[in-house]
Order: sequence, then C-alpha cells, then structure tokens
Amino acid sequence: MLAFVIRRLLQAMIVMLTVAFIAFMLFQFVGDPVTNLMGQDATADQRARLRAELGLDQPFVLQFAHFIGNALQGEFGISLRQGRKVSALIAERFPATLELAAVAAVIGLALGVPLGVYAALRRGKFMSQLVMTGSLLGVSLPNFLIGILLILVFSVLLKWLPSFGRGDVVAIGALNFGLLTWDGIKHLLLPAFTLALFPMALVLRLVRSEMLEVLRTDYIKFARARGLPDRSVYFGHALKNTLVPVITIAGLQLGGIIAFAIITETVFQWPGMGLLFIQAVQFADIPVMAAYLCLIALIFVVINLAVDLLYFAVDPRLRIERSGGH
Amino acid sequence: MASTPSAPLAPTASALARFLDGDVWHSFKQSPTAMVAAVIALVCVVAAVFAPWLAPHNPQDLASLQLMDARLPPAWVADGQARYPLGTDDQGRDILSALMYGARISLLVGLASVALSMVLGVGLGLLAGFVGGRIDSFIMRVCDVMLSFPAILVALLIDGVGRAMFPNAHEALAFTVLILAISLTGWVQYARTVRGSTLVERQKEYVQAARVIGVSPLRIMRRHVLPNVLGPVLVLATIQIASAIITEATLSFLGVGVPPTSPSLGTLIRVGQDFLFSGEWWITIFPGLVLVMIALSVNLLGDWLRDALNPRLR
Repeated sequence: MLAFVIRRLLQAMIVMLTVAFIAFMLFQFVGDPVTNLMGQDATADQRARLRAELGLDQPFVLQFAHFIGNALQGEFGISLRQGRKVSALIAERFPATLELAAVAAVIGLALGVPLGVYAALRRGKFMSQLVMTGSLLGVSLPNFLIGILLILVFSVLLKWLPSFGRGDVVAIGALNFGLLTWDGIKHLLLPAFTLALFPMALVLRLVRSEMLEVLRTDYIKFARARGLPDRSVYFGHALKNTLVPVITIAGLQLGGIIAFAIITETVFQWPGMGLLFIQAVQFADIPVMAAYLCLIALIFVVINLAVDLLYFAVDPRLRIERSGGH
Repeated sequence: MASTPSAPLAPTASALARFLDGDVWHSFKQSPTAMVAAVIALVCVVAAVFAPWLAPHNPQDLASLQLMDARLPPAWVADGQARYPLGTDDQGRDILSALMYGARISLLVGLASVALSMVLGVGLGLLAGFVGGRIDSFIMRVCDVMLSFPAILVALLIDGVGRAMFPNAHEALAFTVLILAISLTGWVQYARTVRGSTLVERQKEYVQAARVIGVSPLRIMRRHVLPNVLGPVLVLATIQIASAIITEATLSFLGVGVPPTSPSLGTLIRVGQDFLFSGEWWITIFPGLVLVMIALSVNLLGDWLRDALNPRLR
C-alpha cells in the first residue's frame, strides 16, 4: 500500500508541475510585464533596470524555479485589472465558493442517496418513475438554464428567495461567512440547489442501478431468509455494498462542483472564485488566471488522491491484494 | 453499415438502395424515439441553415428595427402581435428570427469543433495504438490528465489563454479561439476509443499481410485500419455534437464565447437573463428551450445509433 501511495503522490507532483509550467508560460508569452508596468514611453535604460529588478534577465530555468517558489507561498503578483495582490483577492473570494460547494455537495449526497435507494426499492411505481424522469432532466439540462428557471420560479414569480449576491455575512477573522445569518442562508439556497442538481441526479441514478444489482445477489436472499428486518437488509447489507462506485463518482463530482461553480456563480452573481476567474478571462488578467489554474489543479489532485485512499478504507479486498503484491 | 471499403466505388443509387435495405434503416423505422428526435433535429437544422430565407425578419439589419416594437410578448399573450410570434427583445428584434440566426451560429461552432476534434483524436488515437511505445504512453498520459478535469474547465482555460494571447482579436479570430478551445477538449474521447480498437485491429491477419507485402505503416493506418475503427467514432461524434453545442452555449453565456456581434443561443440567454425581473421571460426562455431541444434530440439519436450499430444487441 505504501508503494501505491508513493506512486500516486509522484503522479500528483508531476501533474502539479505541468500545471505550474503552463501558468508560468502564460506570464512568458502573453504580454510584456515591463510594458504593462511602465507604459510605452519609458527609455531603454529604464526598461533594462526594471527587467533586472523583476529578475526577467535571468535564465529560463531560474525564473521558473523562482515562480514555483513564489507559488508555494501563494504569491502570484498583482492583478492587472484590480491592482491588488492576487493572494488577497483569492482569500477574499475563497470562503464564498467553499460555502457554496460544500452546501451543494451535502444537498447532492443527502438527497441523491436516499432517493436512489427509494427508486430501487419501489421500482416501477409511479413516484419512482417520477424521480427517475426528474433525474434525467437533472443530468441533461445545462447548469445555467436550471439556474435561470429557478430564478424565474422562486424569485420572479413566487418572490420567495433572493436571486443574486451573498446577503449578510459574518466575519470570522479575515474570512466572511454567510451561513451564519438567516439572510445569508436564504441567498445560498437557490445557487446551492442549482449546483447540487447534477451531482444529485448522477448519484441517484448510480445508487439505484447498484442497489438493483446488489438486491439480486445470494447474500441478500440469505439475509432475508434469516428473517432480518427489511431496514437492516436494505441499509445494513445492500446499501453498504454499493458504496465503492458511489464514493468514486461522488469524489470526482466534488471537483466537478467546484468547476461548475464558475457557471452558477455567474448566473447568481455570487462573489466567489469562479466569478473572479470569469472576469479574469474576460479581461485577460494573467496573474489571476494563473493563480486560479494552480489552485484548482491542487484541489483536483488532492480530491483524486483522497478518493484513491478511501478505497482502502471501504474495500477490504483491496487491502489484502495490494499488501500481498507489494 | 454502408461504409464498407468498396462503397466509394459503387454508384450512388445502389449505395442508397443498400442503405434503405440495411439494418440501420430498419432499426430506425422500429424506433419511435429515434424518429421523433430525428424530426426535431431536422426542423432545427433546416430552420438554422436556411435562416436568411425562412426567418420573418433580419435581426442583424439595424435599419428594420423599431423601438416602438420593443419588449412585445409572444403572439398568444395579450398585447402580443402576430408579426412577432415569439415576441421581441429590448431593441425590437424578433425573437423567432434571432433564434434561427443564433441556432445557425451554435450549430456552426458545434459542428466545426466536433469535426476538428474528431480529426485530431482519430489521428492521435491511430498513432498511439499503431506505433505504441513511448508515443503511446505520452499521448495516453496527456489524455489521463485532461480527463481528470471537467471538460468545461479545460475549455475555459484554453479559451482564456487564447483571449489573453490575442487581446484585440477581431471576429474571425474569436471564432477560431472558441472552436479550438472546444475541440482541444473533445479530442481525448476519440483518441481513447480509436486507440482501443486499433490495438485489436493491429493483431489481425490483414494488417500483418499488408505489412508482409511491404505497405508503408502510414498507408496501413489510413487505408486498412482506419475504416475498421470508424464505427464507434461515428456514435461518439453524434453525442459529442450535443455536448459541443452545450459547451459553446455555456462559454457564450459566461461572456467568453462567440463575439457579441454574432449572438449564438448562449449569448441570447445571457442577454435575456437581465430582463427576467422586468417580466420579459420570453427573451431568455425561448433560446433555452431551443438549446435543450437540439441537445436532447441529438443525444437521443446518438443513443439510438449506438444500439443500432452494436451487433450484440441485434
């Protein structure tokens, strides 16, 4: 198992280095920072001095090492559009996205798993058909359309929920959290549900098909024959054995939630990292783009690694096979 | 399948007759879902392609716009006018015409990026499967890394880099960047599929026979292996058209897609969202509906094609 972990860690490092290299190349090839900082009328002498100050006259490899060193400390320079440090901008926006993604993930799992079990147990009944049709819509409708439909129904027609911004937030240290106020929760509901719909539908369909598969096996028949109550058969025996594929998909969807937050945040004008990134793309704000690129890659690499490690915790067969092999 | 190696030699009429007699057409006639999906897709495509002739108004002709007609609801709602069946937007543009022109751009970008990613993916997949070794493992590692990120994120990043490199891009360049962004994301699927089937085909006698008589590897790949791995690619391409159209709509909705001078369905939805609160729901809901209709019908067609081409299901 240790060899497996080390191999995965090495792979993760290679991915991170590649992404860092792409981010570094952005700075190299897109626009000249000296021209950006000094304008067109600076003399050749001034330019050369600034170039030396910024370390731009050093060899390529040294510059890359310097970039990595800065990136490890979270320094990506100054946003070209907002004139502030990128690290400060990200720190300001990060809690909003984290809140949104976490609530969406909880909604997705908390509704997806039970609905999937329900659809499997009551197969062919009207309600479970309804759930399955709904989940088909959830998988195939584009995310931003769902958001717009929810705004139309709940904000414009029913006027129940607000449709943009975060509402009141409470500051804890340097970070702002909206989950602690009633107004913040009301603002969070629509975007979180929009974001949760796709992973929820996916988890639901997966749990249903896995449950149907497991319910046919012999050990379920045996458990029934032993006279165990239905609840213990369904949840103690059947559901437990559907968990391996569910964990994979749920884990990978967590990354998907953070990526799709870009779209949801645009629909609901949610002041998170995704909105920051979209504005950076629109205005070619390289430092912000590079920082977001590295951060999102880090999040994905960590999630993928965590999912791989979770297998060992969930599936005892893997522990035996792997430890025997290495 | 109609595309056996001798098909190009046969006269067109007999190829059509053979298609009408074949399995694929038969299974099409058996599937009501496929027929409904095909009709919807066909109506959308015809309306989009012939928009300049079919559309009641020309949304790009500024001279014909009348501010008097702005924000009219659809014809069946009170205050609606029969001249504008689906209503008008804030500048008096006919929504129906804007939809037809918008679908034209969406389909154009979607088809172009699917074609490009197919050529790229099939080429790299053939190369990886046929040559093997370092080239194979390099291409497959790149695929792994790209697949571990959601497609929309990769497309956004490529699009962002493209925009940063050409900040003052004119219209044609903006389209190129967009199409490149979508196809550089989509090729991975083709490459993996084609590599898999190439690995199987490579072992077969006809490839070894071609090698023995001294046919060059490039020619073996193109003339012998390629026709035999195209079946799954066809199915994949159909489904990818839907996802390319949705990716384009998403990017345009985010404001980093097509240039605003030539609005696609995604741009129309983006613009219309601002009018949701003043009650003009039709400006954004109709483009959304058309987008879903196109994507859903193409997806259903793809599902049907996959089953029809799968010999195990017959």
